[in-house]
Amino acid sequence: MSGGSFYQRDRQWHPPAYAPIYKTSVTRSPQKALVALDNTLSEMTGPVFGHDVLGPLDDDMIRNFAKDGEPIGQRIIVHGRVLDEDARPVPGALIEVWQANAGGRYRHRKETYLAPLDPNFGGCGRTISGPDGSYRFRTIKPGPYPWPNGPNDWRPAHIHFSIFGHGFAQRLITQMYFEGDPLIWRCPIVATIPDKAAVERLIAPLDMANTVPMDARAYKFDIVLRGRRSTLFENRMEGN
Amino acid sequence: MVQSLDRLKESASQTAGPYVHIGCTPNYCGIEGVYPQDLGRTMLTPQTKGQRIRIVGRVFDGVGTPLKDAMVELWQADAAGLYNSPQETRGKADPSFTGFGRSAGDMATGEFVFDTVKPGTVPFKDGRPQAPHVTLWIVARGINIGLHTRIYFGDEAAANEADPILSRIEHRSRVETLVAPRTTEEGVPTYRHDIFLQGERETIFFDI
Repeated sequence: MSGGSFYQRDRQWHPPAYAPIYKTSVTRSPQKALVALDNTLSEMTGPVFGHDVLGPLDDDMIRNFAKDGEPIGQRIIVHGRVLDEDARPVPGALIEVWQANAGGRYRHRKETYLAPLDPNFGGCGRTISGPDGSYRFRTIKPGPYPWPNGPNDWRPAHIHFSIFGHGFAQRLITQMYFEGDPLIWRCPIVATIPDKAAVERLIAPLDMANTVPMDARAYKFDIVLRGRRSTLFENRMEGN
Repeated sequence: MVQSLDRLKESASQTAGPYVHIGCTPNYCGIEGVYPQDLGRTMLTPQTKGQRIRIVGRVFDGVGTPLKDAMVELWQADAAGLYNSPQETRGKADPSFTGFGRSAGDMATGEFVFDTVKPGTVPFKDGRPQAPHVTLWIVARGINIGLHTRIYFGDEAAANEADPILSRIEHRSRVETLVAPRTTEEGVPTYRHDIFLQGERETIFFDI
């Protein structure tokens, strides 16, 4: 990627701030219009993290919190590529993930769901995409989780993703869902996304080709970050 | 018909949810032993160049309740106005300063804190100086797509007056929602800056 400004974000494709089906958004959504700000250096630059921040088990949630055994649940591999809108790989992207355990229980002080914690599962992982934008985690498939929105709302099984590209304007947090989960189309948080095609892009298909026989199934999840224009250098297009 | 532009769509955003800390600040929420330190927890080393400052604030919802589950990220230039980023072409930034900070709101009070240095001046696209500022990105339960804003410094009145972005904001009464007054707390120059997500005092958020 060259270092120009980023393509405008399509805010009809992303969820709007105010989406009353998801109740908490009602008082946490700005009511005034966003002020358009053509990228300056402050938005075109961003932190880039080296592999020195990673520990050897950071991408292996089956082992990175294990105390006296392995966590209970469906062993899976989640892998894919980080690309930009021009389908170019985004290497060196820090990806952080978090999730509930197999029973839908998060390891967090404020979490009170009655399903038990797994003593061998923490629920956080991170990695940095390779030269071709590829990444990979090992984990346990998370369980669905009830939440106080409607009287009987349940989140589909999901893994939260936080991604750093190369510029702060690319900063993105999203959620990955699993192919075939009937809860996806009943979920108010999923339904904040207006376009069905945008939702489908967050659903990871089962990937038998990368499944490890007698060990772990694989799901493939590609992530697309904003693309960027050619560098403007002293008001001339560089390299064009 | 014409050719297709053949571009991919950006992955749609989703809320960070109430348990964003598990992934982004696990030590802070009690998941210890996985990462030695939470990312962006410490911005400074003794070698970092520049004037030490503290930025403190809270994020309020539309009924005046502080969020206790927000996560705020900060991105800024070093004291010389250079970004520690591969995209920075004007010179080499202070190697003892990444410019990136991350603060989970305190679980009891909601307060976010950054101990950092005051950033230098960064040029606008046309070369005019921008007033010193930091960029903030705010995510939380109930926020479907991260909110970008900036903090400018109350003791930089002349620079703020001339800032190419602040000076073109149509609703002049809203400019102050981006400017933090300077005080001194515990002997540290401190900028207190509350963010209002919605309502009368709503902070300016940018579509960047």
